[in-house]
Amino acid sequence: MTLLPSEFADLEPFAERWCLASEPERWDRRLESSMGELRALYEAVFPRVEAIYGFLDQHPLDELPDDARQLLNLMLSFVMVSFPVEVWDDPRIPDVDQVTLTRVASPRY
Amino acid sequence: MARYPKPASGSWSEHYGLGTGTVSYADSISPSFFELERGAIFERAWLHVGRVEQLAGPGSYFTHDLAVVGSSVVVVRGEDDEIRAFHNICRHRGNKLVWADAARAEASGTCQEFACKYHGWRYDLEGTLTYVQQEEEFFDLDKAAYGLLSMHCEVWAGFIFIHLGEPTQSLRAFLGPMVTAIEDFPFAKLTSSYRLRSVVPANWKLMIDALQEQYHAPIVHRNQRPENFVAHAAGFEALHYEIDGPHRMFNTPGIRPWDLPDDQIKPSERLLRGGLFGPWDEPDFLAETQVPGMRPGGHERVGVGLFEIWPNFAIQLWERGWYHTYQHWPTAYDSHVFEWNMYFAPPKSARDVVAQEMTAVSLKEFGLQDDELISSVQLTLGAAGLTDFPLGDQEVLCRHLHLTAQEWVAAYMESST
Repeated sequence: MTLLPSEFADLEPFAERWCLASEPERWDRRLESSMGELRALYEAVFPRVEAIYGFLDQHPLDELPDDARQLLNLMLSFVMVSFPVEVWDDPRIPDVDQVTLTRVASPRY
Repeated sequence: MARYPKPASGSWSEHYGLGTGTVSYADSISPSFFELERGAIFERAWLHVGRVEQLAGPGSYFTHDLAVVGSSVVVVRGEDDEIRAFHNICRHRGNKLVWADAARAEASGTCQEFACKYHGWRYDLEGTLTYVQQEEEFFDLDKAAYGLLSMHCEVWAGFIFIHLGEPTQSLRAFLGPMVTAIEDFPFAKLTSSYRLRSVVPANWKLMIDALQEQYHAPIVHRNQRPENFVAHAAGFEALHYEIDGPHRMFNTPGIRPWDLPDDQIKPSERLLRGGLFGPWDEPDFLAETQVPGMRPGGHERVGVGLFEIWPNFAIQLWERGWYHTYQHWPTAYDSHVFEWNMYFAPPKSARDVVAQEMTAVSLKEFGLQDDELISSVQLTLGAAGLTDFPLGDQEVLCRHLHLTAQEWVAAYMESST
């Protein structure tokens, strides 16, 4: 049983951990991950972004089949890990300890 | 040496008659001052509570906490399409009338009537009490006298405002010419919304301070960009500041990441065409977003216009046709709820979804740094007897905020003696 379209079998090892539908889930997963895990996701998705868009563009946004939706969720996890990998070198934000800022609503597709 | 011209008087602070002396921050550390702010500010000003898009059709409603006055509001669109606001309180025994899964959480949805969760009293969408369980057990109960308590409610540019007291001005007059000059911005077309919420352990005005000056940006947010990013190195100056009554705004040139060389930008930002400065690709209706009111100083190139609407709401317009709002709801002298809503054009493709997500995620990284920093201000503000502080000219809006709060409280004390 795979989550992603067969064209993206190379990303399937990341699917179970990172195909997450909401920002709070992606945020929590980022914080509980090691930098090694974040970098692995980042490096796997980065060269595949154009192919991912090409696949997703075959469907209207509000009619994405399940596997395409999972692929989009994986892209959104790529977005979530970009600051830790490119800027912070840490899953956490420097000098941020106690405060929280919670996504309470996102657009629905 | 100033990069941008200042007013003839030499400074923005003097130009707007705000003086140049130290400013008292006793207004941010005092439980008794906060008690006064409830009546002096929050019951005397129009308060934004939401957007008309949250009330799609008749029976659509949302609630919002008003801890600052120990209440909650329910805003509802009636069968007649009118938007009304009521104290969210059952007239029977004072229960919070409308809530969903958790009494303390805000709720939204669609209904035909409101039914109290305690004893089942019901009210129609216009607030009339329509049903009392076992009515015959009550004593001369006149249902017509027990409708929901209404609040004044007016809409400007799709933003719904309430007034908790007796307004002396219409909403439009209260907002004044500087704010209403942006009303043609196509807010109603920017319906792809992201909402963030934070409980900030700091006075509400301290958080506004951090958002209405950019003097802190090169320091607090210094690590946000690749290390050879140089735009911040020279410090910060706004293009223009404007003050109109209790409201205030600034313009900045902004940063156009799409014009930066590769070594000054996050690789993912270039790849995904979105980030801290918004989605790179503009909406079809970009021309409609270029309202002259966004740049009251008349500067040609403006990246950002932040309009701080007294007392606790702000609208920030971005040159590429999107906007976000800030709101600050005090819960105590040293705590408030911070709401940050971002609004984009409806996405046409996955690329648009991802560019918007890049923006929402990047702004959160920034916002958390501000949140933590502001909580550190509250920890020591007022200690060692230090309450008066020197503010620079790039902090003119902070100066204006605190002086306005102090003026409104003084006027309230005068009127109540």
